[in-house]
Amino acid sequence: MEKRYWKGVEELNNDPEFARLRDNEFYEHLPVDEVLQKKADSTDSTSRRDFLKFVGFSVAAASLAACEAPVKKAIPYVVKPEEITLGVPNYYASTFADGNDYCSVVVKTREGRPIKIEGNEMSSVTKGVSNARVQASVLSLYDSARLKQPLAKGKSAEWAQVDGQIIAALKEQAAAGKQIAVVSSSLVSPTAKKALAAFLAAHAGSRHVVYDAVSYSGLIKGNNSSFGLSVIPTYQFDKAEVIVSFGADFLANWLSPIEFSRQYAETRRLRNGKRALSRHHQFESMLSLSGANADKRHKIKPSQQSAVVASLYNKIAAATGGKAIDAAATPFDKTLETVASELIAAKGKSLVVSGSNDSNEQVLVNAINQLLGNYGNTISLERPCLLKSSDDAAVAQLMNDATAGTVGAIVFWNSNPAYTMGDAAFKSSLGKVPVKISLSDREDETASQCDYVCPDHHYLESWGDAEPYKGSYSLMQPTIRPLFNTRQAPESLLRWAGFSTDYYSYLTDNWKSSFFGQQSGISSSEAFWNQSLRDGVFQASFFMGGSSTFIGDVSAAAAALTKPASGPEIVLYEKTGLANGNQGNNPWLHELPDPITKVCWDNYFAVLPSYAEKMGWRQGNVIQVSVGNATVKGPVLLQPAMADETIAAAVGYGRTKAGKAGNQVGFNAYPFVSLKGGSLVYHASGVKITKTVEDDYKLASTQTHHTMMGREIVKETTLAAWLKDPKAGNHPELIASHDGPKTPAELDLWATEKEPGFERPNHSWGLGIDLNACIGCGACVVACNAENNVPVVGKDEIGRAREMHWIRIDRYYTSDTTKENAEAKGLGKLDMYGEMEVPAADNPQVMFQPVMCQHCNHAPCETVCPVAATTHSSDGLNMMAYNRCVGTRYCANNCPYKVRRYNWFKYSDNEQFPYNMQDNLGKMVLNPDVTVRSRGVMEKCSMCVQRIQYGRLEAKKAGRRPADGEIKTACQQGCPTNAIVFGDFNDTKSEINALFNDGRSYHLLASINTKPSVFYQTKVWNREGEAGHSHA
Amino acid sequence: MHKESELRPPLILGDKTWHDITEDVCRPVESKANKWWWLAFSVSLAAFLWWVIAVSYTIGTGLGVWGLNKTVGWAWDITNFVWWVGIGHAGTLISAILLLFRQKWRLSINRSAEAMTIFAVICAASFIVSHMGRPWVAYWPLPLPNQFGSLWVNFNSPLVWDVFAISTYFTVSLVFWYSGLIPDFAVIRDRANTKWRKRIYTILSFGWVGTAKNWQRFEEVSLVLAGLSTPLVLSVHSVVSMDFATSVVPGWHTTIFPPYFVAGAIFSGFAMVQTLLIIVRKVLNLEDYITIYHIDMMNRVILITGSIVGIAYITEFFIAWYSGVEYEQYAFINRATGPYWWAYWSMMTCNVITPQLFWSKTLRESVFATFIISIFVNIGMWFERFVIIVTSLHRDYLPSSWTMYSPTWVEAGIFIGSLGLFFTCFLIFARVFPVIAMSELKTIIKSSSEGAKKKQQH
Repeated sequence: MEKRYWKGVEELNNDPEFARLRDNEFYEHLPVDEVLQKKADSTDSTSRRDFLKFVGFSVAAASLAACEAPVKKAIPYVVKPEEITLGVPNYYASTFADGNDYCSVVVKTREGRPIKIEGNEMSSVTKGVSNARVQASVLSLYDSARLKQPLAKGKSAEWAQVDGQIIAALKEQAAAGKQIAVVSSSLVSPTAKKALAAFLAAHAGSRHVVYDAVSYSGLIKGNNSSFGLSVIPTYQFDKAEVIVSFGADFLANWLSPIEFSRQYAETRRLRNGKRALSRHHQFESMLSLSGANADKRHKIKPSQQSAVVASLYNKIAAATGGKAIDAAATPFDKTLETVASELIAAKGKSLVVSGSNDSNEQVLVNAINQLLGNYGNTISLERPCLLKSSDDAAVAQLMNDATAGTVGAIVFWNSNPAYTMGDAAFKSSLGKVPVKISLSDREDETASQCDYVCPDHHYLESWGDAEPYKGSYSLMQPTIRPLFNTRQAPESLLRWAGFSTDYYSYLTDNWKSSFFGQQSGISSSEAFWNQSLRDGVFQASFFMGGSSTFIGDVSAAAAALTKPASGPEIVLYEKTGLANGNQGNNPWLHELPDPITKVCWDNYFAVLPSYAEKMGWRQGNVIQVSVGNATVKGPVLLQPAMADETIAAAVGYGRTKAGKAGNQVGFNAYPFVSLKGGSLVYHASGVKITKTVEDDYKLASTQTHHTMMGREIVKETTLAAWLKDPKAGNHPELIASHDGPKTPAELDLWATEKEPGFERPNHSWGLGIDLNACIGCGACVVACNAENNVPVVGKDEIGRAREMHWIRIDRYYTSDTTKENAEAKGLGKLDMYGEMEVPAADNPQVMFQPVMCQHCNHAPCETVCPVAATTHSSDGLNMMAYNRCVGTRYCANNCPYKVRRYNWFKYSDNEQFPYNMQDNLGKMVLNPDVTVRSRGVMEKCSMCVQRIQYGRLEAKKAGRRPADGEIKTACQQGCPTNAIVFGDFNDTKSEINALFNDGRSYHLLASINTKPSVFYQTKVWNREGEAGHSHA
Repeated sequence: MHKESELRPPLILGDKTWHDITEDVCRPVESKANKWWWLAFSVSLAAFLWWVIAVSYTIGTGLGVWGLNKTVGWAWDITNFVWWVGIGHAGTLISAILLLFRQKWRLSINRSAEAMTIFAVICAASFIVSHMGRPWVAYWPLPLPNQFGSLWVNFNSPLVWDVFAISTYFTVSLVFWYSGLIPDFAVIRDRANTKWRKRIYTILSFGWVGTAKNWQRFEEVSLVLAGLSTPLVLSVHSVVSMDFATSVVPGWHTTIFPPYFVAGAIFSGFAMVQTLLIIVRKVLNLEDYITIYHIDMMNRVILITGSIVGIAYITEFFIAWYSGVEYEQYAFINRATGPYWWAYWSMMTCNVITPQLFWSKTLRESVFATFIISIFVNIGMWFERFVIIVTSLHRDYLPSSWTMYSPTWVEAGIFIGSLGLFFTCFLIFARVFPVIAMSELKTIIKSSSEGAKKKQQH
């Protein structure tokens, strides 16, 4: 018998279960069926194909891993802060108040980084608008020139150490009977003022001196002489029907430009049935932004201004029964007659302002407004403006005291007199002060001469408040932890005064104790604080008691006025971007083209072309200008519309210790400021000018051609013509054909009756730009820079016409020769074009036009791109796929609007462009929703597609359509005059549809039939007796 | 065998025998280069090195190193591109159209002219690549299957048509040129007395043995390729002109551009052939093959095409006026009287006035005058493209964006460097390839029986 072996005891026993399984080929169950059924999504088996895939993947992964890839760490939150969700922005109400501008803002933060500033619509002062400087201020937060810790004697120190030394030094000085002075720019924060008062109270013999480089002390003094109140009144331009400004550039810089621009635009807007325009006269020496927008602009020399005001006073007094003054005749008397009669006709609804810092001139201006019954209507003393409070005489006194050696310690707070006062005289005075402390955020011109620098927070890191008008409060809250070891200035003062509270508690306590009681709606002080903080603003019910009768002595004021001078004069002004220069290291502001000259990164001596010709100067010649002891060299810029024999120079330039971007840009014009009669004067006569032999200086400008060459680019008309015909000036652009002139649409090869164009099934986005509201200030440009990560390219590249701005504001002058008058002048076509290139030298009219990508629905750029990198969306947007672009630039060549911008270089991480996109700190301002473009690709306005998408998604989540006005583009939001409207053409009730159906709307270059999604509205001037159109 | 009337002057002078032709054409290939060749080659190579440096710098740093700006997005780059493409056209015209028309005089010059075409197209293509912002993705305008999803090229774009036109042109020209070279390579192979020369020319001659069947196929291929090339003479530059004509830029948007560009291309191409061959016939002692008759013939082509171009210039002005379009009118006024007036008048002088001198037979037959005028035409045609591109762009619709353009050393380097590239290639060609299609040329010498008759008469 054969030997038998058993596999197990089951076989031996012939277990029935074993017997059943024995017949199977495989003893154990094999999941064949399961595998075959699941084939496709099989996860529990590995087929040959899968195996090959795995091999392929492993090889690829291994080879990829072998390449050295840059390691970028994105660390997720381990513990997620409650309010921060990645990818979702948070908004915080805050306040921008830098002693120059005031604006209630909303700060957009992403992942805890403030990246964009927007206006706060809840503010009764700024009402949701802002300007270029406010928009740019977010970049100053990420400025690498900011101090990282306090400095003692120029060396890094700890706060405790600095505090100890300062407290000891102050005590020592006080004990020695020396003065302790705090020099600050105008303070608008009530709590900071309280902290300052506490500091002053703790130090015997201390005082506070308010010093503004661009001072309004004459205005305050004038009001004191006029009404016995040392205040600045509230101006309400929106209530004015006739506005007369004497050198006050209220749209760009004067007093509260953000507020005034918005108010002014309200008087210029022809919307919602409004059929009237304000009439604006501007008397000025240089072409300011306000002058450019004026219906009538009158050129005067700086020294003539007071006499012109006096003459106007006499004319109004004669008609209204006021007291006459001694006023010599001026060459403008005939004009002034008209102006006076217009003002009188608009009694109580007119407004006369002067930019002069001479209190006597302000007394006369007040008297004019008084005679016109404007007080209580367009001007009010009931709710005084607290934005400016400088006292020039006190500053002069302090400097004298310092020279005399009676000042023991001096604290500079948001004040940089070493730069703004002129170095030499100031330095000798300062040298005699034993203890010098600066609260500056950087080692600027003044701070570098101080013993201690105790750097202040940036406002986006600070707690604080502001009271721009009596009873109107707003709060400032931090939107990011302090980036560096800095401390808020008022907290430093409190510390030195012996307080140990932090400024946040001090602020909340002050609000609860001082302001809670000014309202009655909220019963708990906690709830009051929370609501004020959330809204960012708080409006107390406030009325100033007492009378405001005019008590000024007009005769005495008239006798003390500046007399007209002969010979060359100089006038100083602030630029729309840089203003007084306190944001001097902000590259966005430097690269913002000046609204008038379109020059970036420089200031210059602007002169009338005919005057320059007489003097033998050409553009770029370097001239030396001397007034008294001040001598400054700078380039000549030919500027039409300047007063004859007058040169204009902007202050705010020529910083030496602002930081990398701002140092040595332009020249410092502050030395020309002089002190007369206790007020700083910003113009001078008796100017000596010599042409130097230096090489010509190259000015970089974004626009080098200044007239419209007879083309209907900015369409314009007059109010009278518009009232008769809402389409006045808005000529259809017809094309000549065999059958007579035709509209481009009639000649369209592609559009048929069946298919008139592209379908817009869902949305049809568009932008409407009201040229009547646009004042040309450039806030939209900076807003766009911030929103869309537009790189800064610097002066050299601007000089090569390679700015990267996605939106620009074209500025055109009229020329003396037009197509209409060429024949009468006997000019042939060639001569006509030649002469049309030259702006009217004497006093051209100025037109502004913001131009961004027009999002053409027949886009010339889209058809020519070989790789379809630029295409059209079904909701009317012209899109750009940066990753697909190969950079042939054909699209830019074929763009009739020239809005496409090419990345000539790599603008980030490139030492050639040492601006914010080069270092990690500066990059924190970048908007994570927008790609940073690489070299060699084209870019352009996307109509803020990321904002559109965000708005659409928010609406979708809520199960609704986006509401009209819910989505706003950055340029729209940044605009101080609400000149830009974004909306959906498919929404029949939208504002944009209403505007588009208005007789004033037109497409730019309509004759090319590009069918843009952007349209403009005719500019309507309030100029009498001019034809419906004069385009040149 | 080619038969010609006794009355016709011979196309080849000097009573050449078949052997003479072989000797004359092979001499430069088989002998050492003289010092003039080395000098020219060194200069060309140095210029080419400048090209290498300038192109590397551009690609490494960015197109910002050129003088372009927001308004003038193309300038020297596309000027040079169009100029080079235009130059290439003469080669194709000579070898294809003149073949179809049985113009036997072409045989002395077609080889060099075709070589010129190939090298000119290479130079032109180099500008397409170097003017791109991201040349490393220069293949994207090709309709290749790709991994980018459903992404395809934009067939609406004239630049895509351009890619097709230039690549087709290059391919056909190269094949045509090379197929013509095969019998001649075989001649050099058969005469080769060094090992390497034999090997190289064996490979290059593709096993040509000169049988009747070989020749039959050769003739057929030549005819087919000529048929393919003929439309290219007209189409390539028409497509190039559409880069401009299909745009909306005043001064570019012109329907006469296709014929005007083709005429201009032939005009400039023949001028370049003249420039080159006048040197070549002198340096390589080929006066008997490239005769005054050839020069005269080509000068007639230059005269005709130059006149067509002149009429086109005037027509543009007429149409600008007739259209009544403001922008169009200003574009042309600006061309003639604006800041770039000097470029316009250089163009007019060189392209319209100088070729009219060829109405004079004396000048047509003067080698010196021809050389000078051909240089003028080369310059004028370069300016023509500069005028079209830069003066149209720099002042277009919105005066706010009007700018000026001036080149940098980098652009100058790339242009001069492309001349270096061209002449480097051409000089190498002149040394290693038979510069005259000797096998074909042998078909047109008055046959040896003529010579025998002459001998008998003596």
